[in-house]
Amino acid sequence: VGKSKVDDEVLDELEEILISSDVGVDTTLKIIKRIEARVAKDKYLNTSELERILREEVIALLMENKTQDLEDFLVPEVKKPYVIMVVGVNGVGKTTTIGKLAAQFLKRGNKVVLGAGDTFRAAAVEQLKLWGQRVGVPVIEHGMNTDPASVAYDAVKKGVEMNADVVIVDTAGRLHTKVGLMNELAKIKRVMQKVADDVPHEVLLVLDGSTGQNAFIQAKEFTQATEVTALAITKLDGTAKGGVVIGISDQFKIPVKYIGVGEKIDDLQIFNRKEFVDSLFKTQK
Amino acid sequence: MFENLSQKLDKALKMLKGQGSITEINVAATIKEIRRALLDADVNFKVAKEITDEIKEQAIGSKILIAVSPREMFIKIVYDKLTELMGGQKQDINIKGDPAVVMIAGLNGAGKTTFSGKLANFLKSQGRQVLLAACDVYRPAAMEQLKVLGGQIGVEVYTEMESKDAVQIAQNAIQYAKANNKKIVIVDTAGRLAIDEVLMKEIAALKKALNPTETLFVVDAMTGQDAVNTALAFNERIDYDGVVLTKLDGDARGGAALSIRKTVNKPIKFISTGEKMEAIDHFYPDRMAQRILGM
Ligand SMILES: Nc1nc2c(ncn2[C@@H]2O[C@H](COP(=O)(O)OP(=O)(O)OP(=O)(O)O)[C@@H](O)[C@H]2O)c(=O)[nH]1
Ligand SMILES: Nc1nc2c(ncn2[C@@H]2O[C@H](COP(=O)(O)OP(=O)(O)OP(=O)(O)O)[C@@H](O)[C@H]2O)c(=O)[nH]1
Ligand SMILES: [K+]
Ligand SMILES: [Mg+2]
Ligand SMILES: [Mg+2]
Repeated sequence: VGKSKVDDEVLDELEEILISSDVGVDTTLKIIKRIEARVAKDKYLNTSELERILREEVIALLMENKTQDLEDFLVPEVKKPYVIMVVGVNGVGKTTTIGKLAAQFLKRGNKVVLGAGDTFRAAAVEQLKLWGQRVGVPVIEHGMNTDPASVAYDAVKKGVEMNADVVIVDTAGRLHTKVGLMNELAKIKRVMQKVADDVPHEVLLVLDGSTGQNAFIQAKEFTQATEVTALAITKLDGTAKGGVVIGISDQFKIPVKYIGVGEKIDDLQIFNRKEFVDSLFKTQK
Repeated sequence: MFENLSQKLDKALKMLKGQGSITEINVAATIKEIRRALLDADVNFKVAKEITDEIKEQAIGSKILIAVSPREMFIKIVYDKLTELMGGQKQDINIKGDPAVVMIAGLNGAGKTTFSGKLANFLKSQGRQVLLAACDVYRPAAMEQLKVLGGQIGVEVYTEMESKDAVQIAQNAIQYAKANNKKIVIVDTAGRLAIDEVLMKEIAALKKALNPTETLFVVDAMTGQDAVNTALAFNERIDYDGVVLTKLDGDARGGAALSIRKTVNKPIKFISTGEKMEAIDHFYPDRMAQRILGM
């Protein structure tokens, strides 16, 4: 049945759907405005048509971020090894994502080396070592309370020596408001560049899918400090819909590469725009 | 990045310039900006709507329409409202019992283990005999993490490294506390999402078996719109006594605090403001109201 025309009430409903998924006020209003413009022409629509239009507009918005969705967990062709540095605020899932990613790369026949660059958080090195054992890949470490830059340097160097395909370097969680800690990331990069000047090839920012509007600020600040080249959104197995992805795609031109959907080794997926939008609307009324 | 309430109200009230008086329509525009400020701070959509509806009633009923500086008056109404909603009496945690058992629960990565250490340190500094119990049997190196923190603060940590039974470990820890003159046992548990039925059953079973004197729900101040669902789901299973809000040393506005307080109606008892063991504080509703509004 549904309503026979798009009135304010229906638009309010749309606003609620988007805001309640953490899309953010600005991007929500942008989407609503587009829908208004579209339905201004053919005024009479029922609710199911409206939902289709909303989907289309959200996908269109995601497509404006002109980055390609990955097809698989593939290691880009570069001079070996491909070096990934993983960054983000505290507790978002960096170390876990590294473990899962290592498993996927290994499964596809790549030689993987991990670097235990979080030398600060209690038992962080131990945590990554356990992931290394679980996956079956070597972990380069200098123990706790050592210089993270020198761990990163060593990991890249060992990667070169071992003819590895991928090196993934973990870093300690840090809030983007802590200037000293943000500068440390730049230093880690500089020091690993002593091994090869084009590393890291990828700076992967991990965002927690249940994070609200602060995710925008995280993306902005980490990008400024370390030139983030890719995003991973974690914990999307929860009830949170990760609508920040839409807002972030709208406001930053960084591709979302991976999504985390659980704590287990296989709970990492390639981000796919269409599937993401489908899941966004699936359980919501 | 996000405008604070004053800036937003400036924008709304600027539209009034040149007009003789403030009409009800103008109030509506102002209310809309207040709602946006709340949404930017991650206050839940429904909660923000309820609050602004109430504020609107109040504004229309007050003298604001003829006030000299409606902006200040609006800000005061909003600020007072938020403070009242998050306030009430300051509530301490209950640590009566022999031993008293404090159970810590919440989402993955929220800051439970770190907070367990901080609370132990806080209680120890009051001269109490505390035992930490490592009951996260899932996360790699979770027990190791708690042991390191215990070592830093000089508090003993009860572990059973090979066990996969959280209930059993906690019960043994309590026995150990009794035998070793420890008066408080802080039970760190694994992180879990509210939709994970297996893990939610586990935490409910833990609560039932231990019958803790105090159960605390730990939530990250950066959490978005979903905070309410999560807080409600945990409350349904473990009927917690209080909330701990973490990572307030960052710049997240922390609207989740307001949403949780308003829907679950459990007091916020502690805040966490850093990674160090000293970074723990009581919760002050007025400060939180200022923070949410970006004042
Ligand atoms: N449900 C779920 N949990 C996750 C996911 N990714 C990570 N986690 C959990 O989130 C918690 C934190 O993960 P970590 O990998 O330690 O996070 P981190 O960013 O390395 O944390 P710090 O190094 O302390 O900053 C752990 O309990 C993980 O098991 C996910 O996709 N889904
Ligand atoms: N900046 C900041 N970091 C914090 C705070 N509380 C905890 N952390 C950090 O957040 C990350 C996660 O903290 P944990 O205590 O391991 O979180 P948890 O809830 O026990 O995580 P799981 O057991 O994996 O669910 C770590 O890097 C902590 O150092 C805080 O108040 N401020
Ligand atoms: K979190
Ligand atoms: Mg980590
Ligand atoms: Mg923990």
